[in-house]
This record gives sequence, C-alpha cells and structure tokens, in this order.
Amino acid sequence: MSSNSAPAAHASTGPDISGPVMPSRNRFRLGFQWLSIAPFIIFALMFLAAPTVSLLVQAFTDRAGNFTIENFRGLASDQIVSAYTISIQVSAASAVMGAVFGLLIALALIRGSLPDGLRGAVMTFSGVASNFAGVPLAFAFIATLGRLGLVTLIMRDVFGFDLYRTGFTLFSFWGLTLTYLYFQIPLMVVIIAPAVDGLKREWSEAAETLGASKWHFWRYVGLPILWPPFLGTLSLLFANAFGAIATAWALTGSNLNIVTVLLYNQIRGDALQNPGLGAALAIGMIVITSVANVIYLVVAKRAERWMK
Amino acid sequence: MKQNRLWAWIIIALAAIYFIVPLIATFIFSLRMRRGVLSFDSYVSVFSDPRFFSSFGYSLGIGAFTIVLGVLVVVPAVYYVRLRMPWLRPVMEFVTLLPLVIPALVLVYGYIRLYNSSSWIPFTGSVIGTDILLICACMTLALPYMYRAVDTGMRTIDINTLTEAAQILGASQWTILSRIVFPNIFVAVLSGAFLTLAIVIGEFTIASLLNRPTFGPYLVTVGTNRAYEPSALAIISLLVTWGAMGMIQLLARFAPKTARKD
Repeated sequence: MSSNSAPAAHASTGPDISGPVMPSRNRFRLGFQWLSIAPFIIFALMFLAAPTVSLLVQAFTDRAGNFTIENFRGLASDQIVSAYTISIQVSAASAVMGAVFGLLIALALIRGSLPDGLRGAVMTFSGVASNFAGVPLAFAFIATLGRLGLVTLIMRDVFGFDLYRTGFTLFSFWGLTLTYLYFQIPLMVVIIAPAVDGLKREWSEAAETLGASKWHFWRYVGLPILWPPFLGTLSLLFANAFGAIATAWALTGSNLNIVTVLLYNQIRGDALQNPGLGAALAIGMIVITSVANVIYLVVAKRAERWMK
Repeated sequence: MKQNRLWAWIIIALAAIYFIVPLIATFIFSLRMRRGVLSFDSYVSVFSDPRFFSSFGYSLGIGAFTIVLGVLVVVPAVYYVRLRMPWLRPVMEFVTLLPLVIPALVLVYGYIRLYNSSSWIPFTGSVIGTDILLICACMTLALPYMYRAVDTGMRTIDINTLTEAAQILGASQWTILSRIVFPNIFVAVLSGAFLTLAIVIGEFTIASLLNRPTFGPYLVTVGTNRAYEPSALAIISLLVTWGAMGMIQLLARFAPKTARKD
C-alpha cells in the first residue's frame, strides 16, 4: 500500500547524507551495513528457505534417489484426501466465521457508540485471547463442552438437553471449529480495528447529506474500503487454523484425522512408511496456505483498482 | 441512534457469552477436585509437581535466549534497511510474513531433515545443539511479531535525523546503533519481547518433536493423565498470557513519540 511511495521519499534524502563523506569511510560503512543485514539473511536462508527447499527436493525424490512425481500421486490415497478435506473445512469455516464475527464486534465497538471504557477492555481481552491458543485452550474447552464439561452437564441436568446425544463431540468438525473461533475472532478484532477506525465519521455524514441511506453507505463506501483488509485477515486466519496442531492434539490425541496430526505422526515415526510421501504432504500444506494468500493478493489488487 | 446502539449491544453481549462462559466453566471445573466441595486442591497438586517448575523455567530460559537472538538479528537489519536500502523493505516484509504462511510443523520437519545428527550441521546430534535449534525455531515463529514491533518503533522515531546528528558529532556506527537507536526503540522491542515470550511458553509442536522438556509438552502429558489439573493449568496459562499482554499495553503508554510525520 504505502510501500510504493516510501522508497521515493528516502531516495531524496539519501545523497545529502552520504555526499560529503570521505570515500574510505564510505567503504567502511558499506561493510558495516552488510554486516548488519547479514545475520538476518543467513537466518532467513538457514531456517526458512533451506528447510522448505530440502522438503521440496525430498518430495520429488524416490527411495533410490531418482526424480519422481510418484509421491504426489500418493497424496490421492483415501486417508490423506480426507485429512486434507477436514483440515480445509475446519480452517475455512473458522476463518470465515471468525472474520465475520470479528468484523461485527469491531464495528459494534467503534461505530456503535458504546461507552469508551468498553472498547479498551475488549481490545485488551482480544490481545490476550488471540494468544490463548494451543494446549490450554483445548483444556478450557474440554472443561466446558467435553463429555463431562460444565456446560454439557448443566444443559443435560437443568435443560434436559443432552448435547452428546445429538452426535456432537469436541473432536468433530463443529467442535474443532467452535474451539478455533476462540482465537480466530479476537485475532480478527485486533487486526481489523485500525481499518474500521479509518472509516471517518465525515464520510457517513457526507453520504447522508447526499441522500444516501445506511445501506447505500455500507454498500458503496464502508464495505468496499474494508474489503481488502478483510480478505487479507481472512487468508491469515485460514493459514493460522490450517497449521494449528497443539489444540487439536490436546483435544483428541492422535485420533483426529486432520493433515497436521497426520504429518506430526509422520515426523514422529514415519507413520506413512514413506519419507517422500511425508515431504509431499508438507509441500501440499504450503501450497494450500500459499493459494489462500495468492487469492487474497489478486482480490486486493482488483479491489484497490476499483477503489480509485 | 437508539436502534444503532441496540444492535451493537446485542453483538457485544453474544460475544461476551461465548468468550466468558468457557473461562468461568474452566475455573469452576478446576475447583471441583475434592468431591462435593469447591477447593483449590488441583492448584496445590499442580504447584507441588516439580516438573511444572522445571518445564516452565526451561521455557522461560528458551524464551530469554530467543528474545536476545531476535533483537540481535532484527534490529540492525531493520535499521539499515530503513536508512540505506529502502528497496529491500518489501523483501523483508515478505520474508518476515513467511512463518505465518509456512506452518510451524512443516518448518520443524525441514529442520529435522536438514540438521539431523548425520548432516553437515548436526544440530540435533547433541543436547546443546538441539537447544540452539529450538531457540532458532522459536525465533522463526516470533519473527513476524518481532519484526513488526521493531519496525513500528523505528517509524515513530526519526532515524535519519538522529543518525545524521550522531555522525556529525563523530559517533561510530556501533555507537549509533547501541546508544542512540536502540534506547529509542526499547519500548517497542520490549513489547515484541513479551509477545515472543508468550509464544515460546505456549509452544508445543517444535519442542515435542525435538524432544525438549518445555512447558507445552508437559501440559499435554498432564492433560492425558489427570482430570482436574489441566483446567487449573489452563487458568494459570491464561494468567501468564494476560501478564505478558498486560505488560505490552502498559509499555505502549511509555513509548516515545518524538517523531515528525513519516
């Protein structure tokens, strides 16, 4: 967004500073400069690029060390396809619901003329809750909606409604989605709030003066402006849920057939009995989260062009 | 306007139910260890387990090293890229977003492949090597947050003017970085540090696959073997997270606001 204008602004101040400096010091500074960036580059190569490339190579290599695409054919097995399917369903559902509810909460807080103190409290809570993921979150939901969870028992004993007789379990699609929403919604609130703040009050007043209804304002001004950050956060939430394992693992142990649990078991003890297939499984995960981000970039580009 | 406020209240009320009920339920559940009465027995049980303290302390140690490493790697890089190589900024933004796109599980899979005991850098061949690998892995997870915290800090101070002024006064590059830039972004770095700490303490996947006794794997062990202690641990973890986030909020008030418009 602002990255286009930033280099130009810096370029104009650049020569002024380095102009009067002696050439020898300049070379020294150049050395220092690269020395400062080198750790970052080395780190990125060693811990981001190299592991990914190594998995990519492995995914295209068979046991004898020759090039093959057989590993990716192997992904078509029933177990793996269903693991990917459940993972994508849970991630998509929790991302979309998290994004929509998060946006609604942000709108209510910022444009609903609620007391000021409430906003601060909700933002602080969102900061905490978006980081309250993983194992402790699973424990909290087991204590709440597990078979012996407090809410389950109260619903059964007080309202005579046995949740588990309806086929609900925490390990099912809805159970997992409901649990993931606990960190997805707050994350959306934290990220989208600045964008909602950016909708100036003057704009709705201007629209009203021109005879626009509330619906017109949101249809032609509000939502188009919120659309790119909304989609951006949506893809982030998707990747967030798709890569999550700690919550699912603590909820269910190794029973749940989602792709992260499958890969975890593969890393632990070669559960698929084929290292190449494991690498292909991992590469498949990167492809899916990347696709989510590419979709966002394309839509955001179109939305930006349309906004001009 | 009246109607406008009503829908806002309804949304907030629904959200409050969804977010507060599990907390209350977990808390009450954690108090029911002794049959028939509410008691803090499960907390007593947790705090009398030496593994609770050893694993928590171990995670804190890993977190401290992660923060130091993160600061040493990120701060100089962000500073020079902002000052001299702004064309590199989009690349840096992209790189620091990668840990959010590549799942942690996939990264650790790559590490185990690449740095096993028979490889050219056998990190996992020794305990200390595995610890170093764990620290680097945690730093990868924290990179997006650390980068953004430092970058925001740099944006609020005018590093061009500060650097020029220091250079005119004869300061060396190292002096500028350590005694002028760093103190000015210290508050921002601290907020990144607390976020890093929260991430490291909650981390399960990497530590468990590297077989290191951090807090995350300890929690899972308790979760599979005990009934009431997990809820007590969930409440304790929530308080720890709350503490870390509370520190960030508190620090935000002390952030220097000396900058001109960026």
